[in-house]
Amino acid sequence: MTTLVYLIPAALFLGALGLSGFLWALRSGQYEDLHGAAERILVDRDDKPER
Amino acid sequence: MSCCAPGAEMALELENSISVLPSSQEIRLASRSLGGGLNQTDLSVPMVHCAACIQTIETALAKLDDVEGARVNLSTKRVAIRWRGDQVPPFVAALGRLGYEAHLFAPEVDEKDKTLAELIRAVAVAGFAAGNIMLLSVSVWSGAEGATRDLFHWVSALIAIPALAFAGGIFFRSAWNALRHGRMNMDVPIAVGVSLAYAMSLYETINHGEHAYFDASVSLLFFLLIGRTLDHVMRERARTAVKSLSQLAARGAMVLRRDGARDYLPVGEIAPGMQLLIAAGERIPVDGQIIQGASDLDCSLVSGESTPRNVAPGEAVQAGVLNLTGSLTIEATAAAKDSFLAEMVRLMEAAEGGRAHYRRIADRVSALYAPVVHLTAFVTFLGWMAATGDWHRAMTIAIAVLIITCPCALGLAVPIVQVVAARRLFENGIMVKDGSAMERLATIDTAVFDKTGTLTLGQPRLVNSGSIDPVMLAIAADLAAHSRHPFSKAIAGFATPGGQHKFDAVTEHPGFGIEATDAGSTWRLGRRGWAGSKARTGGEGKHGYGGTVLTKNGMIVASFAFQDALRADACAAIDQLKHAGISVEMLSGDTAAACAEVAKGLGVDDFVPCLLPSGKVERIETLAKDGHKVLMVGDGLNDTPALGAAHVSIAPATAADIGRNAADFVFLRESLLAVPLALEVSRKAGRLIRQNIAIAIVYNTIAVPIAILGHVTPLVAAIAMSASSLLVIGNALRLQGFVLAEVRGAPPATRSGIRASVQPS
Repeated sequence: MTTLVYLIPAALFLGALGLSGFLWALRSGQYEDLHGAAERILVDRDDKPER
Repeated sequence: MSCCAPGAEMALELENSISVLPSSQEIRLASRSLGGGLNQTDLSVPMVHCAACIQTIETALAKLDDVEGARVNLSTKRVAIRWRGDQVPPFVAALGRLGYEAHLFAPEVDEKDKTLAELIRAVAVAGFAAGNIMLLSVSVWSGAEGATRDLFHWVSALIAIPALAFAGGIFFRSAWNALRHGRMNMDVPIAVGVSLAYAMSLYETINHGEHAYFDASVSLLFFLLIGRTLDHVMRERARTAVKSLSQLAARGAMVLRRDGARDYLPVGEIAPGMQLLIAAGERIPVDGQIIQGASDLDCSLVSGESTPRNVAPGEAVQAGVLNLTGSLTIEATAAAKDSFLAEMVRLMEAAEGGRAHYRRIADRVSALYAPVVHLTAFVTFLGWMAATGDWHRAMTIAIAVLIITCPCALGLAVPIVQVVAARRLFENGIMVKDGSAMERLATIDTAVFDKTGTLTLGQPRLVNSGSIDPVMLAIAADLAAHSRHPFSKAIAGFATPGGQHKFDAVTEHPGFGIEATDAGSTWRLGRRGWAGSKARTGGEGKHGYGGTVLTKNGMIVASFAFQDALRADACAAIDQLKHAGISVEMLSGDTAAACAEVAKGLGVDDFVPCLLPSGKVERIETLAKDGHKVLMVGDGLNDTPALGAAHVSIAPATAADIGRNAADFVFLRESLLAVPLALEVSRKAGRLIRQNIAIAIVYNTIAVPIAILGHVTPLVAAIAMSASSLLVIGNALRLQGFVLAEVRGAPPATRSGIRASVQPS
C-alpha cells in the first residue's frame, strides 16, 4: 500500500509526459506531412532542420 | 528513382500544355506576405510522388534568385515557396522545365484544420485516460479490496474528469444539437450512456461500492473518437486533394483604364463597362462582348462543344471560355456574380434534389436504435423495482444495460468501412467527398455521362496521320508547335525528334491558322478557305471548304482530319457498368452527329444531343421521377447543375472548379475505369456496413439479456465491448483484400497525373 503512494503519481506523471510530448509534436507541425517525412530519409543531403 | 524522370512523351505532352501558366500578377495575388519583405506562395504540384521529386524540386527552386527556400509537402502535393522582392521569381516556369505542372489555388489564410486538431487532441487525452484507468481497473478486477479499491476508484474518477470534459465534449455538443432540433443521432445514446456511467460510478465510489465503470465510459470515448478522427481525416484529405487541382476559373484580369493605364484586378472587382485585355491562353473571367481582336475560343467546358469557335469583334463571349490563339479586348457586360458561371450555380442550387433528402445509414439506424435502448433500460429499471423494491439495485442494473448497449460497435461499424473504402479509392486516384456519397453510389441503377471532356478527352486527335506524307506531316508539326489551338497541338504531337524545320518567320492569324516563310515559299497551316483551296491533284478534295490543310504557296499538300479522342478505357468502363446492371445514357451539348459517332464507338444506346444545361437537369429529374437512382458523370460548367441534381455524381479532375465542388467523387487519372471501380468499392462497402450493423445487433441480443438479468460487472462490460469493436474493425479490413484483387485484375492504369500521356484508344 505504501509503495502505491509514489508509484501511482509516478505512473501518471510519465503518462502525462508522453501525452504532452505528443501534443507538442502535434502543435509544432510534425504531423503535417507524414508521407513526405517517410520519403525524406531517402533524400541525401546535409540539411538543417527547417519548417 | 527513374520513375520521376518524365518520359519523352510526357515532356512532349507538357510542352503542349504550356497554355495555362499563371501570370506573375496572378501569382502575386495568390501570395501572402510573411512580413519583412518575405512572401509565401503555395503551389499545387499534382505529380510529386517520391523522394527524388522532393529533392529535384527543392534544390532547383532554391537556386532561383530571390527564393529563400521551398518546402514540398508530399501528403498534400504542394510546394510552399518563400521569396523576397517585388518581382515574382519564375518558379512556375522552373517547375515546368523539370517536368512538373504547377497550379495556383486559393490562398487559405492560416486556415488550419481546427476540427482535426481538436479531434486528435481529444483522442490523445482519451487514450491517456483510458490506459491509466484500465491499469487501475485491472488491479481491482484481480482482487484489490477495501481501502485500496476505494483509492483506485478515486484516482480513476479524477483521471476520467478531464477526459470526459475535453474528449467527451465533442459528443455532448453533437447530441445536444440533435436533441435541440428534435432529431436523434448516434451521439445521443453515447452521451447519455457515458455520463450516466460516470455519475453512477462516482456514487458507488463515494459509498465504497464494489463496481465502478470509469474504464468503460472512458475507453468507449477513446474507441469512438478513433473512428471519428479517421472519418474526418479521410474527408479532409479528399477535400484538399480536390482543392489543390488547377483552378480553371480566371482569378483576375488585366483591365484597360480609360486613360490607357493597365491594372490587374481580381474578378470580384470587375464591373460592367470595363475593358479587359485577354491574352491567348487565358480564361475569360466575366461575360462580355468582343471589341477588338479575333481568336478561337475553346468552349468545351461551357457548352460541351468539342470544336473551337471562331470569334470576331461584336460577338458575345461567356465567362469560363478559354481564349486560344489571339489576344482579345472585351467589354464586360456583367459582373462576375451575374455571369454565366453564377447562373450555373443558381441552377445547381435550384436543382439540388436527391441529396438533401438522403439520410445516412448510421442516422437511420440510430433513429431506431436509441429509443429502443433507452426504453429497454427504463423497462429494466421498472422491472427490478417491481421485483425487489430496491431502487439502488434497479438503478445500477438499468445503467449497466445502457453501458453495455452503448453503440460502440455501431458507432464504428459505418465509419471504419468507409475509411477503408475511401483509402482504397484514394490509392486508385479517386477522391471521395464524404461517406454518404459511397452509400448513395451503391444504390444507383442508371449512369448518365456527359460527352465532351468525360467520355472523350475534349482534345482532338489526328485520325488520318497514316495517309499523310511523313515529310509534310513533320513540316506541319513544326509549324503547329507555334500555336495553342487544339488542332495544332494534335498535329504538333507528330513532330520528328531533332528534325526541326527552319522557318524564317512564323505568324499566327487568329481564327485562320499559321503562316510561315522559308526559302521563298510560303507555308500555311489552317482553314481550307484561308490557306488555299487548290489541291495538288486538282479539285476540292472530299472535305470541301472545311477542314484543316497544309499549303505550300497556296497549293494544298496535306489535309488533316480530327476526331475528339476517347478517354482511356471508356469502352471497358461502359462495358463494366453494363455488366453491373447499370443502364448507360449520354447527354451532351454537342451536335447530334458528333454524339452519334461517340455513342456508336462506345456502345451507348441512348443519347440526347444539343442539350442546354437546364435540359440535362430536366432529363435527370425525369429519370428520378421514374424511380431511377441516377449517377451523373460530367466535367463542364454546363454539367454542373446536372451534377447537383443527380443522386450521386462523379467528375474528372480536369472538370471546371464548380463542377468538381459539386461532384461527390473526383477521379484524378485519365482512365474512365475509375467509375466502375468506385461503384464496385461502394457496393462492397455497403455490404460490409450492413454486415457490421448485423454483428452489432447480434452482440446486443446476446449482451442485453445478460445485462437485464443483472449479471454484468465492469469486467464483463469491458470484455464484451472490446470484443464487439474488434470484430467490427476486423470485418471492415476485409475490404482491403477485396479491392486488391480487383485492382490486380484491371489493366494497369496510366501514370498518376492529370495529363498523363494521351493513349489512343
